[in-house]
Amino acid sequence: MTSFLLRRILQMFITLIGISIISWLIITTAPGGPISLTMDPKISPKIIEQMMKNYDLDKPVYQQYFLWIKKLFTGRLYSFKDGRPVLEKIWERIGNTLLLNLVAMTIIFSLAIPLGVFSARKQYSMMDRLTTFGVFLGLSIPGFWLAYLIILGTVELFGYPVLGMRSFVTEGFGAGEIVMDRIWHLLLPAMIMAIHGLAGLSRYTRSSMLEVIRQDYIRTAKAKGVPEETVYYKHGLRNALLPIVTLFGFLIPGLIGGSIIMESVFAWPGIGRLAYQAVLARDYPVVMTINTITAVLVLLGNFIADLLYGVADPRIRYQ
Amino acid sequence: MEFQTKSFWHYFKQNRLAVAGLAIILVVFFIAGTASLIAPYDPGKTNVSKKLKSPSSEHLLGTDQLGRDVFSRMLYGSRISLSVGLVAVAISLVIGVFVGAIAGYYGRWADAVLMRFVDIMLCFPSFFLILTVVALLGPSMLNVMVVIGITSWMGTSRFVRAEFLSLRERDFVQAARALGMKDRRIILRHILPNSLAPVFVTATLDVATAVLVEAGLSFLGFGVQPPAPSWGNILTEGRTYIFDAWWLTVFPGLAILMTVLSFNLLGEGLRDALDPRLRGRR
Amino acid sequence: MKTPLLEVRSLTTQFFTEDGVVRAVEDVNFEIHPGEILSLVGESGCGKSVTGLSLLRLIPIPPGKIMSGELLFEGRDLLGLEEREMERVRGNDISMIFQEPMTSLNPVFTIGNQIMEALQLHQNLDKKEARRRAIEMLDRVKIPSPEVRIDSYPHQLSGGMRQRAMIAMALSCQPKLLIADEPTTALDVTIQAQVLRLLKEIQGEMGMAVMLITHDLGVVSEIADRVAVMYAGRIVESGPIEAIFGEMRHPYTRGLLESIPQLEEKKKRLNAIPGQVPNPMDLPTGCKFHPRCHLMIDDCKKEEPPLYPVNKNHFSRCIRWKECC
Repeated sequence: MTSFLLRRILQMFITLIGISIISWLIITTAPGGPISLTMDPKISPKIIEQMMKNYDLDKPVYQQYFLWIKKLFTGRLYSFKDGRPVLEKIWERIGNTLLLNLVAMTIIFSLAIPLGVFSARKQYSMMDRLTTFGVFLGLSIPGFWLAYLIILGTVELFGYPVLGMRSFVTEGFGAGEIVMDRIWHLLLPAMIMAIHGLAGLSRYTRSSMLEVIRQDYIRTAKAKGVPEETVYYKHGLRNALLPIVTLFGFLIPGLIGGSIIMESVFAWPGIGRLAYQAVLARDYPVVMTINTITAVLVLLGNFIADLLYGVADPRIRYQ
Repeated sequence: MEFQTKSFWHYFKQNRLAVAGLAIILVVFFIAGTASLIAPYDPGKTNVSKKLKSPSSEHLLGTDQLGRDVFSRMLYGSRISLSVGLVAVAISLVIGVFVGAIAGYYGRWADAVLMRFVDIMLCFPSFFLILTVVALLGPSMLNVMVVIGITSWMGTSRFVRAEFLSLRERDFVQAARALGMKDRRIILRHILPNSLAPVFVTATLDVATAVLVEAGLSFLGFGVQPPAPSWGNILTEGRTYIFDAWWLTVFPGLAILMTVLSFNLLGEGLRDALDPRLRGRR
Repeated sequence: MKTPLLEVRSLTTQFFTEDGVVRAVEDVNFEIHPGEILSLVGESGCGKSVTGLSLLRLIPIPPGKIMSGELLFEGRDLLGLEEREMERVRGNDISMIFQEPMTSLNPVFTIGNQIMEALQLHQNLDKKEARRRAIEMLDRVKIPSPEVRIDSYPHQLSGGMRQRAMIAMALSCQPKLLIADEPTTALDVTIQAQVLRLLKEIQGEMGMAVMLITHDLGVVSEIADRVAVMYAGRIVESGPIEAIFGEMRHPYTRGLLESIPQLEEKKKRLNAIPGQVPNPMDLPTGCKFHPRCHLMIDDCKKEEPPLYPVNKNHFSRCIRWKECC
């Protein structure tokens, strides 16, 4: 386990360096470089000067990279748009995005696993076929389109606003109403963001479960006289869940991609919306920092998933 | 090819959803090919006096805010969605097969370096990466296709690598090597044709993803640029009128959904039919 | 005559696959008496494992189905039991061990856990008592330092140790019948002998009956009391071990015996049985063995021969049994 950990951490460190190099290459090697793209007569010379300083464009290429890294970590990278430190801008909003993603992730895991297990248990039944079709619908539906349909539907049905983190007018609301208002505003985008992952994960759970119940040890458990249900939920599920743990890391990129669109649709003040606004404003320090941070989040997610896997699987735990 | 065509069809046919998916894809291809013949109107022709008309016999799917015929625009839109999907996947296939083949065939440090690179690329949330790069290069149909292609090859390369790793130990490859055949020839003639089946499956599923990504980019204003009639554009332009002209939102979305769904169902059907391990289960 | 522990009457099990019906077991009859070791012998695919699984009703349904027959265990037909009652039989009255000790134990639970599960289920023991019994069982199957090993996961044990743990698990509730499906096939030759000896020893101590399923006549000769030879889903010859090894009355049995390499004899070559095991979806007419049989006459193709009594407890399904062998 210790050697596994050490190897994994070293690997992660190398990947981290790779992520930073690629992030940096993308902005600096874009045709014309980052500054020329933003050459806009409306931008004041002061900001251009600031940008030049920010990127150390007078220095040799390899130095530019190290200076960028240094500035990224010391928080001295500034936004093109308003000159505020990038990390500060991100810090303000990252909590909102994490909240949204956490809720989405919770929805995914708490629904997908039972759904997949159920589907596998009743393989080829009517319900399984329906679930399978639903899964494919979920994988194929454009999230923003669904969001619009739902906004259209809820506004027509309930006449209740869904955009933002809360309703604009909350005066006269009791404490309970304010909480319900917040949950309402949180749940809708989280649910839509969860659909893709939910579909994918439940499909995965189903095939994992089907794979496991064909194993010899399932037959052994039955031969011992363990009741069918226990065989399935104790001996089967425990094994089927092992690979599912690792998917936790793989879900993060999709969720973050979804955040960009969903936060824009629902006017949710998170980093997804910040990223989109930064892309629109060609605010590259912000864009690249968010790219790097999200990549690191994905990396961490994968690392945690590997650790969980190590803990859950005795074959790895005792090595 | 290693699989037998006959048994492949036998198993594929039984998956009715996959067959339906294939049928819909063929229809979409047909529409894309004949859009200029079957479209009742010029997709770019504006007519402000007829703007935002709801579906009728004159305009099957209504008109948009500039009075353009939505049905005609949708027909032409199929061309864009399919081209973006297919070209992007073709690019990603070329890169993915190349990287996977090199890593799997040569192993050792080539494998270590390339797979580490794959790991790094997989860490970036692809949609945001695509959005960033498209924004940098400037949105256009070509850029969208290329950028989706160069950011989505990692899955393919992993598959190809795994296939190569197992195939290169097989007798016919060893024999070819013993005969002094050049690596390039061994890879192209002996290993690649045998590893195409799983690549074919991922490619089909990747088309579905690419079509979705294009729609998402259009929605954010970084897809194929208006006035080109992509499904994503019709939808995005229509969202302003969502409460007055539902047809601008509903129909293009349905078209995207149907196309993506069909590619997903087809891909899954192909996977089941090509995987001999799954066959006995039915 | 004593009453048998288990009486199998015209058991027929089939699998309904996409490509056709597999007649895995066809009209099989045999009985097992308390404390005896019956060996079911045959090539792979002859239906011996399916017979074993059918006894515990562990055939996957679908595609499998027990079409007909009676499984009288202490006079009670197992096929007539509710699933809940059957669960009480499995692991308690009748246990089973399998070929692959690598894959037959659940990788995420300790072996102690897996042994205790049966004890807690059938004997209503509390955790502490079940653990004590599990350690006792591990000791009995000669696993060194059982109080430590009980907390091992399967992957931490060698193949032989795992199979011992499997045996401990199967015997923990002191079943009256143990079905052992190729229990030593996956093990190294030296370990095979050890495990086999252990099985025989414990069988002697506990007095249970064993149904040993194997393709290895060497194993049979070491421990079986009676033998039933299966071919293409049918029993083709059955009798006491001396009769089968000494005066076999079926050409297939003879073929099987002649295909074992023997050290003493200076034979020039092994007599392998010519031809292939028939496709269970497309069995030959008449006697299922006739295409491979050197004694074949025209009558063999016409009707399936019944089991002819050679004597009181020796039977052969060959119309030329008198001439044979």
